[in-house]
Amino acid sequence: MGKNVKKAFICAILSLVLLSGCGIGYGEEKEEPVTEAENEDLIVVGFSQVGAESDWRKANTESMVKTFTRDKGYELILEDAQQKQQNQITAIRTFIQREVDYIVLAPVTEDGWDTVLTEAKDAGIPVIIVDRMVNVSDPELFKCWVGSDFELEGRKACEWLRAYCESKEIAPEEVNIVDIQGTAGASSQIGRTKGLKDAVRANGWNLLEEAAGEYTQAKGREATSRLLRKYDNINVVYCENDNEAFGAIEAIEAAGRRVGNNIAAGQIMVMSFDGVSDQAIDYAKSGKISCIGECNPLHGPRVEKIIQNLQQGVTPDKYEYVDEDIFSGDSTVTSIEVDDEVYTIKILGK
Amino acid sequence: MSKISNKFKDMTDTNLLLTITVVVFFLMYIGAIVFQGKGFLKPQTFFNILNTNAALIILSCGMSLVMITGGIDISVGGVTALVSMCCAVYLDFKGGNVAVSMLIAILIGLAYGVVQGFLVAYLDIQPFIVSLAGMFFARGMTTIVNTNPFNVANEKFVALKETRIIVPGMGTVNKLGKYVDAYVEIGVIVALIIVILMFCLLRWTKLGRSFYAVGGNKQSALMLGINVKKTKFLSHILCSLLAGIGGYVYFLHVGSGAVTHAQGAEMNAIASSIIGGTMLTGGVGNIIGTFFGVLSLSTIQNIVASAGLDQAWWTGITIAAMLCIFLVVQSVVMARKKRAIKK
Repeated sequence: MGKNVKKAFICAILSLVLLSGCGIGYGEEKEEPVTEAENEDLIVVGFSQVGAESDWRKANTESMVKTFTRDKGYELILEDAQQKQQNQITAIRTFIQREVDYIVLAPVTEDGWDTVLTEAKDAGIPVIIVDRMVNVSDPELFKCWVGSDFELEGRKACEWLRAYCESKEIAPEEVNIVDIQGTAGASSQIGRTKGLKDAVRANGWNLLEEAAGEYTQAKGREATSRLLRKYDNINVVYCENDNEAFGAIEAIEAAGRRVGNNIAAGQIMVMSFDGVSDQAIDYAKSGKISCIGECNPLHGPRVEKIIQNLQQGVTPDKYEYVDEDIFSGDSTVTSIEVDDEVYTIKILGK
Repeated sequence: MSKISNKFKDMTDTNLLLTITVVVFFLMYIGAIVFQGKGFLKPQTFFNILNTNAALIILSCGMSLVMITGGIDISVGGVTALVSMCCAVYLDFKGGNVAVSMLIAILIGLAYGVVQGFLVAYLDIQPFIVSLAGMFFARGMTTIVNTNPFNVANEKFVALKETRIIVPGMGTVNKLGKYVDAYVEIGVIVALIIVILMFCLLRWTKLGRSFYAVGGNKQSALMLGINVKKTKFLSHILCSLLAGIGGYVYFLHVGSGAVTHAQGAEMNAIASSIIGGTMLTGGVGNIIGTFFGVLSLSTIQNIVASAGLDQAWWTGITIAAMLCIFLVVQSVVMARKKRAIKK
C-alpha cells in the first residue's frame, strides 16, 4: 500500500514536469496557425531539403531560410529528409495536405518521383526543383528546375588539370587518378563522374579506382586512406565535394604524404568541388586543394524570382543553369576552354 | 458514481490500458484539427497516415505478440530491409515474378522465426541477444545482396504498387476546384486483415490465451499444462512471419531496395506496442491497442511535420515525451486501480 502511494506520487510529479515542458513546447506551435490566419496573404512555401550532410547543403538551406522570411511575405516550411527519399515523399504529402502555395524540392536521387509529383499536380501546387534533377515520365510534373550544370563543372575541372599537366610537361600516362564519388545516384555525382571519365578517356590518364565518399568528410578520409594503402602511385585525388577533400587531405597527411600541386616531386594533388566554406577557400589559397570547381548554393533568391514570376503569371524558363567559377591558388593556368567557351580561372591570392 | 468505480475495478488491465490509448488518440487527433486547422480535417490525411504506416502496423502486431509472451524481437526492422532488398534485386535484376517475390518475403520471415524461435525457446537464450544478432545479420546481409539503393522498374510490380483502393465519399475538392478521390494502398488492407486475424487469435483461441499465460507467469502456465517452450517458439515464428509480410508491404509502399530502409522500425514497433498498452513485462496487451499505438505515434509525427519544426530531431523528442507520458499515465492508473481494489 505504502509503496503504491509513493509510486503514484512520483508519477504525478513526473507527469507534471513533463506536461509543463510540453505545454511550453506546444504553446509555441499553437501560435503559428494564429498568425497564419491573421496574414491570409502570406505565400506558403514547402521546402523538402535532402539533409545537412555537407557545407554546401547547409549554405543552401540557409540561403532559402534567409530569403523566404515573414517580412517579405513568405512562410517557409522546411523539412529535412535525412538523406532518405521516403522522408521526402512523406514531406511532399504533408505539404499537399497543408495546401501550401509552392513546393520546392531538392531531390536526394533522380528516380522514383512520378507518383508523388502527380499528387502535387492533382492538388494544383506548382513544384520547383532545385539542385539535383528528377527523372520523370512527364516533364509537366514540375514547373521548372534551377541548379548547376554538374557535368560542366567536372569538365572544367578536368580541363584545368589537363592544361596544368601540359604546362608542367607531365605525361598523361603519369597521371594516376582516384575518384572519391558523392552520394550514388545524385545528379552531382553522375555529372562530375561523367566529366572525369570522359576526360580520362580523351587524355589517356589512368583512373585507378572509383570509391564511394557519400559527400562526407569521414567517408572521404576512409576511402582515401584505403586507396593510399592499395596503390602507391596515386598523384591526383578527385573529390566530388569539399568535405570529401577535407577527409582526403587528412588521410594523405596521416599516411605521411604531402598534398600539393607538385606531382613530379611526389606530392598528391587534391581536386574538389563546391568552394562554399571558408576552410575550402583557405585550403585552395594555401595550395592544399589545387583546384575547386565552384557550385553555387545560394538558390534562395533564384527560387524567389521564379515564384515572383509565377505569381504574376509569367512562365519561367524550364531549366535555369547557374553561372559558376573555377578557383585555384596556383597561377600556372589562367584560362580554360570548354565547348568553345573560355572560362577565366579565379586565382586566389595568398 | 459507485457503478463507474465498480466498472473501473472490474476491467482487466489489458482493457483499461486499451481504453486509455484510444481516448488519448482521439483527443490528440481532435487537438490536431483544432490547432493545425484544415489539413487534418481531410480524410486523405488520415489515409496517408495509414498508407505510410501499414508496414509498421504489421510489424507492431508481431512485436506485441512476442512482448505479450514475455520476449522481445528487435530484428524486425532488419528483416524488413532484407526483404525489400532481396525482392527488389529479384524483381529488377532477375526480371522475376511478383507472386514469387511475395513467397521470398514469407520464406525469409519464416526462416528467421524458426532460427530465432529455436534459440530462444529451446536453448533458453535471452530473446534480446538473439534478435540483436538477428538484426546485425539482416543489415549485413542486405548490404551483401546489394549496396546501392535503387528503385524497382518491374512493370507488374509498379502496377501493383500504384494500385489505389478508392474510398467512396471521402474525397475532397482541391484548390483548382477538381475533385480528388481519397484512397488507400493495398498494404493498408493487408494490415487491417492482419490486425483482425491477430485480434481473433489472441482473444478467442486456446493458443492465443496461452501466449498471455506464458507471458504472465511461466510457472503457472507450466502447471496448467501449457507447453511453454512450444508457445514461445510459435510466438517468435509468428512475429518473424509478420516481419516478412510487413517487409513486403513496406517494399510495396516505397518500391525500392536500400540498406537504410526501415531504420529504427523495431524501436517504433516497440514504442507503438507500449503506447498501445502492451507491457514489456509480458502478459498484458491488446492488438487493437497496438493499432491505435501506431496511429498515435504517426499522428504525432505528422503534427510535428506540419507544424513546420524544421529540425528532424523534434520528431524524436516529441515521441520520447509522449512515450514517457503514456508510461506515467499507465502506471498511475494501474496503481490507482490496485488501491481501489484493496479498498
